Amino acid sequence: MLTIEIRKLALSHFAVAFGAFGLAALMGFYQVLARSDLIPALQSPGVYFASVSTHGVLMAYVLTTFFIMGFGYVTAVSSLKTPLWNPRWAWIGFWTSAVGTGLAALPLLLGRASVLYTFYPPVQAHALFYIGAALLVVGSWFWAVIMIVMHGQWKKAHPGEPVPLPMFATTANAILWLWTSAGVASEVVFQLIPWSMGLKDTVDPGLARTLFAWTLHPIVYFWLIPAYIALYSFVPKAAGGKLFSDELGRVAFVMLLVLSLPIGFHHLYMDPQQGAGFKLSHGTLTFLVAVPTLLTAFTITASVELAGRINGGTGLFGWIGALPWRNSMVLAGILAAAMLVLGGFGGLVNASYAMNAMVHNTAWVAGHFHLIFGGTTVILYMATTYYLWPRLTGKPLCSSTLPLIQLWSWFWGFVILTTAWHILGLLGQPRRISTVTYHSPLTFAWDPYILTMVVGGTVLMVSAGLFVYILAKSYRQPETGPIQADEIEYAEPLEPVTRVHPLLNGFSVWNIALAVLMLANFGYPIAQFFLIKTFGSVAWGY
Amino acid sequence: MHIHPLEKRWIYLVLAVVGIFLAAIFYTALARNIHPPSHIEPIDSASLHLSAEFAEDKLGVWTQPDGTIRVTLVAARYGFYPREIRLPAGTPVTFRIASADVLHGVHIPMTNMGTMVVPGYVSEITTTFPKPGEYPMLCNEYCGLGHDHMWSKVTVVAKESWPEASAAQPIGR
Repeated sequence: MLTIEIRKLALSHFAVAFGAFGLAALMGFYQVLARSDLIPALQSPGVYFASVSTHGVLMAYVLTTFFIMGFGYVTAVSSLKTPLWNPRWAWIGFWTSAVGTGLAALPLLLGRASVLYTFYPPVQAHALFYIGAALLVVGSWFWAVIMIVMHGQWKKAHPGEPVPLPMFATTANAILWLWTSAGVASEVVFQLIPWSMGLKDTVDPGLARTLFAWTLHPIVYFWLIPAYIALYSFVPKAAGGKLFSDELGRVAFVMLLVLSLPIGFHHLYMDPQQGAGFKLSHGTLTFLVAVPTLLTAFTITASVELAGRINGGTGLFGWIGALPWRNSMVLAGILAAAMLVLGGFGGLVNASYAMNAMVHNTAWVAGHFHLIFGGTTVILYMATTYYLWPRLTGKPLCSSTLPLIQLWSWFWGFVILTTAWHILGLLGQPRRISTVTYHSPLTFAWDPYILTMVVGGTVLMVSAGLFVYILAKSYRQPETGPIQADEIEYAEPLEPVTRVHPLLNGFSVWNIALAVLMLANFGYPIAQFFLIKTFGSVAWGY
Repeated sequence: MHIHPLEKRWIYLVLAVVGIFLAAIFYTALARNIHPPSHIEPIDSASLHLSAEFAEDKLGVWTQPDGTIRVTLVAARYGFYPREIRLPAGTPVTFRIASADVLHGVHIPMTNMGTMVVPGYVSEITTTFPKPGEYPMLCNEYCGLGHDHMWSKVTVVAKESWPEASAAQPIGR
């Protein structure tokens, strides 16, 4: 059901997403150069921190939100085989988010919002930055509502039938996003906007960090779930096989929804304004959220192994060589899995309560999330886009080899960059510095890894440029005959599912479970700021 | 619900591994009392200069009657004050830190001395430095355009060469 309307809607979202991505990738390259001190003329904290703030906002909020919305609309209409509910709302959401992005970009690019993408008060940005960020989120709420309504309407029209897995996962993500964004939205609307407009003199940075932590963990699952949809629904099919287990996929998505929210305090382990008991409670659930990812690892590996054996692979590892490595979706799936394993181990270290002190706010952390987000997540966004692009534009990709070169270079770029950052972190280098000024022998140990980082950043910039080039070049090809009418195909489960338990077909019970967990883990930690006497902070420039 | 027997085994394995990790964390937390700094103590960051503990003449290294060491620091753009301190190795040292302006973080690389410093709250952390040496004390949270330059020096000396000082005397400043 990819009508012209849906194609236009999805392509508009992808244009914003990948335009932001291209700009942010260039900034990333400038940042590794500036940070390395190889070219002294580049040294400028003012430019560096404006750049790193913009890079973070564009990559983490703009690329993700627009890609997820566009992909969500495509998934909904193609997996449910129904028309889009309320396209008008979808366009209102798009324009609200687009205007928000533009409003936030102005102060960012002018150096008036160099507060990094975490914008922790009491360092204050221009009010437009907070207003733009809020609009970006509000626009995405239109998308979330459309996804939830379409899920509900389909269920009503098909009583007792299982909702197709990709739509089940997309709805889980829409619900997850509404829950997730409530934290940062409260911070921005009730604290930061009134304060930056001069209506309030002070904010409590402790409360602001607590509300931000509410959002800070589940938002990474909001980004990751579309990548998991590609793993479950596209990779097994592209490899020539079937999905090993549809039901456990549902279990994984439900667990991601319920467990990724009440765990944000692992970002606040080192903070003085929260107690050890709540930190330990959040830490425990943080370990449980590893379970759905490990389930996914099994299901996807098993699916791909089956495909390898169907393709004639034999023996313990022979199936790996028999996979279609020249298929961009399969290749991205394998490379994403490799990065997920490495990044996942790092994540377990970060999650480890008191041990977090050794790596907190060091370059290790930047290495961790670049590997998991930039690597694992974005490489699957890329492969998904290569798959969708001909179906949305009606034109084939301009080359079948260039995407493979691009995906491999994306992988190696991140391996090089993030290995260097992990080691730098263990050697004590802080994240978020624009250059090294410390007069300490410790910094001599950093030098080789700083050079490695520049190599990784260079490879990544070339790879990012290639990605945008492939999309633009394919789009600008002249019309070649009739427009391709290919529909999007999702992997069939190995065991056909005709019925699933209602708990694995809807979210009402899970929303209640989530509400209970959130109340237990965030209720008092937020209430305490209103129960004890605290002191707000006035605004500071930077 | 249909679960393949192999996948069932994998799930048990996953739960066992997660259980082992959690057991290790709970053991160190509850039996060994190892926690991240979690000290809910509000303070008015705008009037540190008037406070009994963080006024300028109260900052520095203090020996407590029980022989442990207390370090009182103010984090402010762009340094940890006092900028240079001396500490003994092999002795428990309790840092109490308050921010005079924005959010900061403190970390002494290669040690487990680290905490966020949030305006409005006192950060407290106790650690023991095993080895003498010169350690940089770095700010590890973006605090403004001079953030790169926010660091101070900690010199850790052998326990034997640490002077016996009477209580309530600032030393090593």
